[in-house]
Amino acid sequence: MVHEPGKSRRKGAAPTGARMHGGLKLEPHKAESTREPILRGPRPSELVLPLAQHMGAAAKARVAVGDHVARGQPLADADGYLSAPVHAPASGTVVAIEPRRIAHPSGLATPCIVLETDAADHDWDGLHAHPQWRDLTPEQVRTLVRDAGIVGLGGAAFPTHVKLNPALTVDTLVLNGAECEPYISCDDRLMRERAAQVVAGAEILLHALQAKRCVIAIEEDKPEAIAAIKTGIAAQRRRSNTSDFDLALEVVPAIYPQGGERQLIATVTGRRVPSGGLPLNVGVVCHNVATAAAVAAAVLDGEPLTRRVVTMTGDAMAAPRNVDALYGTPVSALIAACGGYDAPVDRLVMGGPMMGFALPGDDVPVVKAMNCILAESDAIAAQRRRSVKQVQPCIRCTACEDACPAELLPQQLHWFARARDFDQARDHALFDCIECGVCDAVCPSDIPLAAQFRWAKAEIRARDDERSRAELAKHRFEARAQRLADEKREREERLKKKQDPAAIEAALARVKASR
Amino acid sequence: MNDVQALMTKVLVALIPAGAIHVWLFGPGLLINCTIAVAAALAAEALMLKLRGRPLVPALLDLSAPVTAVLLAFALPPLVPWWIPVVGTLFAIVVAKQLYGGIGFNLFNPAMAGYVVLLISFPIEMTRWPGPFDGVTAATPLDQVNEVATIAGGWEWLSLAVLAGGLWLLSQRVIRWPIPVAVLGSLTVIATVFWLLDPGRFASPAFHLAGGATMLCAFFIATDPVTAATTPRGRIVYGVGIGTLIWVLRNFSVYPDGVAFAVLLMNMAAPALDHFLRPRGADAR
Amino acid sequence: MLSAIVAITTLAAVFGLLLGFSAVRFRVDGDPIADQVEALLPQTQCGQCTFPGCRPYAEAIVRGEADINQCPPGGEATIRALADLLDREPKALNPDNGAEKPRVLALIDEPRCIGCTLCIQACPVDAIVGAPKQMHTVIAAECTGCELCLPPCPVDCIDLVPADDGIAAWRWPEPDHGA
Repeated sequence: MVHEPGKSRRKGAAPTGARMHGGLKLEPHKAESTREPILRGPRPSELVLPLAQHMGAAAKARVAVGDHVARGQPLADADGYLSAPVHAPASGTVVAIEPRRIAHPSGLATPCIVLETDAADHDWDGLHAHPQWRDLTPEQVRTLVRDAGIVGLGGAAFPTHVKLNPALTVDTLVLNGAECEPYISCDDRLMRERAAQVVAGAEILLHALQAKRCVIAIEEDKPEAIAAIKTGIAAQRRRSNTSDFDLALEVVPAIYPQGGERQLIATVTGRRVPSGGLPLNVGVVCHNVATAAAVAAAVLDGEPLTRRVVTMTGDAMAAPRNVDALYGTPVSALIAACGGYDAPVDRLVMGGPMMGFALPGDDVPVVKAMNCILAESDAIAAQRRRSVKQVQPCIRCTACEDACPAELLPQQLHWFARARDFDQARDHALFDCIECGVCDAVCPSDIPLAAQFRWAKAEIRARDDERSRAELAKHRFEARAQRLADEKREREERLKKKQDPAAIEAALARVKASR
Repeated sequence: MNDVQALMTKVLVALIPAGAIHVWLFGPGLLINCTIAVAAALAAEALMLKLRGRPLVPALLDLSAPVTAVLLAFALPPLVPWWIPVVGTLFAIVVAKQLYGGIGFNLFNPAMAGYVVLLISFPIEMTRWPGPFDGVTAATPLDQVNEVATIAGGWEWLSLAVLAGGLWLLSQRVIRWPIPVAVLGSLTVIATVFWLLDPGRFASPAFHLAGGATMLCAFFIATDPVTAATTPRGRIVYGVGIGTLIWVLRNFSVYPDGVAFAVLLMNMAAPALDHFLRPRGADAR
Repeated sequence: MLSAIVAITTLAAVFGLLLGFSAVRFRVDGDPIADQVEALLPQTQCGQCTFPGCRPYAEAIVRGEADINQCPPGGEATIRALADLLDREPKALNPDNGAEKPRVLALIDEPRCIGCTLCIQACPVDAIVGAPKQMHTVIAAECTGCELCLPPCPVDCIDLVPADDGIAAWRWPEPDHGA
């Protein structure tokens, strides 16, 4: 691991933006899994589809146990705006809707639709291709994307249609093909093999956003993907011959975490997303290249999101490669498809070595956010544990500050986190931390900084929730007290009116008169 | 550069050329002081860790206590009585470091805190420097700043050796450039301005740079990460503050050299500098 | 001598006027300390502190009629915050007021509900909707888990369920911060 802040080289396309602050040169470990083409994944007899596999509200099941479903049929609907539907990756029968263990650091179970696949594999008749998508309005494209259940495939699983409905004007779409984290190569292989689909997706996304410029950003260490996308862009230019929009390729330095959304936007556009803001605030929307490909499949072919490319790698994996897996496939089936293990396995990591987390087991199903499965052997795990030394006090050497891609002061945040001085932490832009783990890697005192920051953020959010719940309760309590007081006063007034002698006289007079 | 021990080792290695020149100029006094101070520092550190109920490992092995001791020894006249380094080191480790919570928690540079205690308590022993080579007792060159003297022969070699060690630390990324540049730059600018205005009264910038503990301060003392400012702009202000205070104290205080006071004063300002001079990325106000 | 007396008197008069002016100009309405204390309370409005709501408890603390350790829903964190604010020693929660436990929500077992409206009247935050002889239900987002609806229910159809449960509420544990 070579630490080279301030020494990142630029090659290829002319630099248009500011270089990312800090970052790390890491051993890429990508060659292992990029040698073979993408393997079509198995079609297991049972698929387990969690209802919550995206950011936002969990989907609501629309099928019942015993229902027969066709391939591509929606099994669960989006529950509200920030949510996404879930589709059947294969035809079959719903055999259960029950909590199952999923790919989550907690190892907890959450409601899943369990589908027993059948041999017929017939398609749902509700799938409609839209080759003439240019005639659709942006709203119609957005609806297609939402109904296809597309979420960000870079790892965050944020519902894509929400990012296609910008509240501000967007001039630039950045397609993220940086793939900066070691071992992960699913986007690399996807760009090599399906460049045309990525480029088509970029066009559709531009149309939906009504933006004019798209920059596809790829790290310099992926020459094959760069060449493929170049060819794809050239083919698109020949085909459409339109100057409505500008599609460009930008080769960015291979330095971790170049693929962070804010970091990539700064590099390719020179624009700085404000603290606490969104890329939207600087007129940019950023999508992953695999998301663009999924959008193209949804619009051009009517294909909902039912599968994705997963990198199967790690030193214990017998034949590392990328697999195009059906959602719901148990991870164990993918491992078997890659020839199993060739060394005793200590743990499986979902994601990369920097930001990934250990899976509770190999029985968990593939979900929309799963970009990589890393099988770590006992030997490597033992080495890793030996290298993790006792945590020593911070000496404020600022290695973390130099390396932080968000330009934060981790040495200060560390003090605030350990002292639970959360106001100061927030004030020092804690929420701009992307938890990339670069600070941990360079810390001479072996302090788990990223874990501290992740914890502090969760703690602050929990306190904020508690605060707003208390506010609401206070407000309602006061409103009730007011209501009770008002009711009491009204009752008293009515009573007083009743006891008014003049009113009684008048009433008696009326009674007499009526006689 | 992967742990605290490695960083501290490099600091000690960087002091070797300066140590050699020191011995060449003033005889083996430095080595004796170093030995006494390091022994006292390790003993004090171990005792304090025990009293505080902290494990001895890795705190005792991180070499931060020996670095403090060696830096203090460099600041002492070579022929002081044996108890001078002992008292200074004990104050540095026990009070300035461990009572604040140990490494990483101290507000003041321990070596400079120990030095100032010695300077105030034992002014006679602390200002009796032998002249280079001859061993005749004389004041340090900085005693004569007010009377404008030329540098006693040999001191510039010591400063150059410290500079060489400092540049190596920079190349190893153990220290960063802003603080040394700011200390030396501000001292040079202010000394040049006043020297040009009144060369009869104020010493030349070359004298200020090569004399006394300027280089040791710029590369080894002001750069102590625990007690210095850590933000990019904070470091510049911190260094400029030290450089300016060194010149002011050398010219207008009763003490011959102002390095220790300058560093301690700016140590106090460091937390505020870090708070107010954040890079924009770390500012969500 | 005379000039000194004049100077001091003038100064005293000027500062007196200044103080008098600022007392009027910057007068603080209400009781800011009680507001600050109230802001630290969880607003569960459960009455376990023996006062009818969080505001009365806050005022009682400020008047010195209540101790800072009488709020079970707030628990240790609230006691610490109050001790901090009022510059007192933190102490353990008074067991007479109850025990600290995880946050709960009231849940009406709807088939068993007879529509008596007693729980609606007991709810301090109007978090239960329903009408006479109609089924009632709890608005989960507004329920504070105060348990005040339990005793009046004639058919015992209200259960308390954990509020922070499952994967959505899961949080990473606090890491080792070092020595």
